[in-house]
Amino acid sequence: MTITRTTRRVAGGIGESPIRPDGIPKVQGRFEFSGDAFADDMLWGATVRSAHVKARIVSIDTAPALAMAGVHAVLTIDDVPGKRTCGQAVSDQPVLADGETRFWGEPVAIVAAVDHATAVLAARSVRVEYEPLEPLVDPEQAFDRGETFRVMEIINGAQDLRGEIVVEGTYETGTIDQAMLGTEAGLAVPDGVGGVDLHIATQWIHEDHEQVYASLGLEPDQVRIHLSGIGGAFGAREDLTLQIHLCLLALHTGRPVKMVYDRAESFAAHVHRHPSKMWYRHEADRDGNLVRVEARLVLDGGAYQTTSAAVLANAAYFATGPYRCPSVRIDAAAVRTNNPPAGAMRGFGAVQVCFAYESQMDRLAAALGMDPIELRLRNALDHGDLIPTTGQRIEGSLPVAEVIRSLAALPLPDDDRDDPRRLPGGTGLTTPPGAVRRGVGFAVGIKNLAFSEAFDDYAEVRAVLTPEGLRLETAAAEVGQGMVTVLEQIGRTATGLDRVEVVFVDTSRIGSAGSTSASRQTQMTGGAALRAAEAVRETALARVGGDDLDAEGVRREGALVATLEEVLAEGPIEELVRFRHPPTTGPNETGQGDVHAGFVVAAHRAVVDVDPELGLVRVVQIDTAQDVGRALHPESVRGQIEGGIMQGMGMAVMEELLVDGGEIRNPSFTDYLLPTFLDAPAIEAVLIEEPDHWGPFGAKGVGEPPTISSTPAVVAAIRAATGRELPRAPVRPSDIVGT
Amino acid sequence: METIRPASLAETLDALEAHPDAVILAGGTDLMVEVTYGGLRPHTVLALRRVEELTAWEGNFVGAGVTWSRLEHGAVGALAEAARTVGSPQIRNAGTIGGNLGTASPAGDGLPFLAAVDAEIELASRTRRRALRWDEFLTGPKQHALEPGELILGVTLPDRTPERQAFGKICPRNAMVISIASACVVRDEDGATRVALGSVGPTPIRARRAEAMISEERHPSPATLEEFQRLVSEEVLPITDHRSTADYRRHASGVLARRVLERCLA
Amino acid sequence: MIRLIVNGVERTAEPVGPESLLTTLRDRLGLPGSKNACEQGECGSCSIIMDGELVCSCLVMASDTDGADVVTVEGLGTEDGLHPVQQALLEAHGVQCGYCTPGFVVAAAHLLERNPAPTADDIREALSGNLCRCTGYGGILRALTALVGEVP
Repeated sequence: MTITRTTRRVAGGIGESPIRPDGIPKVQGRFEFSGDAFADDMLWGATVRSAHVKARIVSIDTAPALAMAGVHAVLTIDDVPGKRTCGQAVSDQPVLADGETRFWGEPVAIVAAVDHATAVLAARSVRVEYEPLEPLVDPEQAFDRGETFRVMEIINGAQDLRGEIVVEGTYETGTIDQAMLGTEAGLAVPDGVGGVDLHIATQWIHEDHEQVYASLGLEPDQVRIHLSGIGGAFGAREDLTLQIHLCLLALHTGRPVKMVYDRAESFAAHVHRHPSKMWYRHEADRDGNLVRVEARLVLDGGAYQTTSAAVLANAAYFATGPYRCPSVRIDAAAVRTNNPPAGAMRGFGAVQVCFAYESQMDRLAAALGMDPIELRLRNALDHGDLIPTTGQRIEGSLPVAEVIRSLAALPLPDDDRDDPRRLPGGTGLTTPPGAVRRGVGFAVGIKNLAFSEAFDDYAEVRAVLTPEGLRLETAAAEVGQGMVTVLEQIGRTATGLDRVEVVFVDTSRIGSAGSTSASRQTQMTGGAALRAAEAVRETALARVGGDDLDAEGVRREGALVATLEEVLAEGPIEELVRFRHPPTTGPNETGQGDVHAGFVVAAHRAVVDVDPELGLVRVVQIDTAQDVGRALHPESVRGQIEGGIMQGMGMAVMEELLVDGGEIRNPSFTDYLLPTFLDAPAIEAVLIEEPDHWGPFGAKGVGEPPTISSTPAVVAAIRAATGRELPRAPVRPSDIVGT
Repeated sequence: METIRPASLAETLDALEAHPDAVILAGGTDLMVEVTYGGLRPHTVLALRRVEELTAWEGNFVGAGVTWSRLEHGAVGALAEAARTVGSPQIRNAGTIGGNLGTASPAGDGLPFLAAVDAEIELASRTRRRALRWDEFLTGPKQHALEPGELILGVTLPDRTPERQAFGKICPRNAMVISIASACVVRDEDGATRVALGSVGPTPIRARRAEAMISEERHPSPATLEEFQRLVSEEVLPITDHRSTADYRRHASGVLARRVLERCLA
Repeated sequence: MIRLIVNGVERTAEPVGPESLLTTLRDRLGLPGSKNACEQGECGSCSIIMDGELVCSCLVMASDTDGADVVTVEGLGTEDGLHPVQQALLEAHGVQCGYCTPGFVVAAAHLLERNPAPTADDIREALSGNLCRCTGYGGILRALTALVGEVP
């Protein structure tokens, strides 16, 4: 591996943890989120949603709504001037229900009215006549009927290899919601000459742009999408929700239109983490070397495709975990049902299988009579090894063993049960200290970085050097993770200048940055920013024959030869860089190929206190060691780790969207339970800095690994405390009690 | 929409007689959810937070407008324990014990205490006042005996509640959550014990057979406590819903009631 | 029409129907700092201090707030300086997407007014009505424990 290690020193550069530039307006409440936008003469939009899981639409009567005072428009699919469908990978989802509804809460019509309350009332008064149809909600049945988005059959290595020790298991994970705190919201403003400007919180404005202008029947340059403040994303904003609807209403009425989903419709409107059913068989020799892994995976993709094909690919490619294995067979399918559409969520397919393969590794260790950490170390992948499913050689760093050893070396917490707030049941006072049993669980997870399978993955950044300093222009979405700070740091370290500003520009002014997902922006937009900033620096040096740049200007052998103003007298220096990671290939028929751009690993150790008689759990501590390549902003890395672990813990013990016959039973924060401050465990994190082969300064993405193996670690800890099998996440009190 | 903001009980009762369809607004923590998500559009709102008679807490009378925050820091042990589990700090600063009665949710966190002490619910209209025992007032899930024109004034607790009293609530999360099951136990020095369970029936459930059995035991043995747990589990009437299963609730009610009793015995 | 004090300034508003004070603040009084993440009292993003009490403004009917004294996130700190809670959250990296942040700022400021020396468990319980989906609460806890550590 060759690594660019800069020696340039500048305050606020990489490796430090400067305060985020949007921090002050955020703590003051002055930061403008997409739902805070206002425009003069603005109308409010609202959505009519299907109350049926699957139904034929017999008729839509918009007259009662249109007759209401203050209502300006009621639109249906017949008002869509362009393409009637949208979708990321496959355009299969009607912009508004087109003769039939296929999931509960599917948008059927949209209205615009003078204010929010009127819009909501108008939406309620649209009369839709449905003829209910029998929904398909059982994923296995969908598979049997051939209702699939993608089927994969990965066969690698000699298929007749057998191990002496065999463990089998069937596992399930529930439907999980991203539950970002800012619901879907946006503002569309007609430009007066047939086009529209959309201000929206999204993960990828250029992908949205492609879908929006096509459905509006406009030319690309007639639609401009601007990033608004984003209240979290976690995958929920990868697919369109209200983007086209807002533009349709704005163009139809000729007025700005704002729409804000309430929490209930947010749960119905965006995609969720795929629920899964997974059968596994692991075979090992008596020494604990993995010999063969077989798995069958079924992911329920719901009614429309969205990113199901890519989520399934991740699940299938990482089905064996971060372990060597000479013989593999994985059968995987993402099926089409009438359940809520599933798509992107932090961890993206790697989460579900990690729960299963790490449960299997514990079973295997028990069958071998071996320490589970020793078993994992014995099989750990490393740089230069082959991924067991794809056969791809690991070119970058992948310190699996070091991550495991570093985590195992951390001290375990003491018993600390003198305050009810540190006991299972908390202030509910359910559990005396004597009723508590402690358990410890360990899990390791692997995932790819950036986009895979021959996708043309790139990010553009424009660096502009002006007398005010360096400006980095990008279309990449800052969803809260802190990319804006990291880009500034990269700009500082690359140029030697301390004044660096990141400016988010709309789709008409720069090329795509790709999605803020797949843990990719630090590497991708960061990679583009590094190269663009280095290029403007080189140009500045060349203009006056210097060899160094700092806040004062260009120097040669330490002496100032020109101030920045003098260097830029002939105009600012501008460089547009389109950065690509090393190319990937598609898989062959049996799933092999160099399909991934890079890999990342993390391990989690959970300590839980369980009240087995009531089935209550308090997660005491979750420690982690994570492969980060290089921590560009250590405090942001810690923030990603702590937040991601909390989402993984939520999936282990309390979060689940309950889907019954296709209907969501708990679309509210009353009943979709996110961990609160009193549920938050203590977290110790070790960052393993083994630089990767293409990220800026060796950095890897850090967003997803915390959410992957934290769930199986918690469930393993509950198993250790209770002796229960617990093959399903989340674990409910009734699962522990066995009622 | 008209909002009436009376400053006294007399004004309130006059307004209620004049507007029998008025929607009562106290803490707002239940009502505003109905407005935002249930489409509730009242013609008349009778807003009570300025009525001092309703926020009074004197002796064994607790005004309907007393907030959970006040109860949480008050001297009535089991009621304070229950109050601490209501919603969040924000909810407890607004929500009231009268709201628990007016909403009459089987999961109302204050109700098992009221049931365990056989509290009387004080009601008034412009023309009459009356008191109903908790089980005369709470008639079913989200149903009560309040008549048009009538207002919940508050609750009257017995002149003396036993010092041995405790409350527990089971939830899958450690804060801000609706109970799966809850239990309140009060026990006199002579052993007379009453136990009420929440979220495991249409209204709070008094486990009378368990009470009768354990009241006879001055120093319950482990076996007696097991029997108490078993009887409680038999007597509850839980359902399966999206929050839990009937089987779990039945099991957990017994365990929780036994543990809450053990805290009373300690 | 209602007349109330918001952040020390007397304001009047015409709430429509039974709308929440959150809606009135955001849509009619130009104060969008209080956030609308769940609008049923289950997230704390809309926390305000009304007549000295911390409440969810989404659960307050605006028409009933005549005469109330309300402090929102916009009323904490000044043009020149941040409130100590704001400064602490900033420095401890207790902010990511920022959507929950205004609610945490208001709730934490209210807590420290009531209890200048809370333990870590006190902080966790007092802020258990405020959900954060990004930080896992770590940065927020570090901010506030550091802050009360400075107060003797």
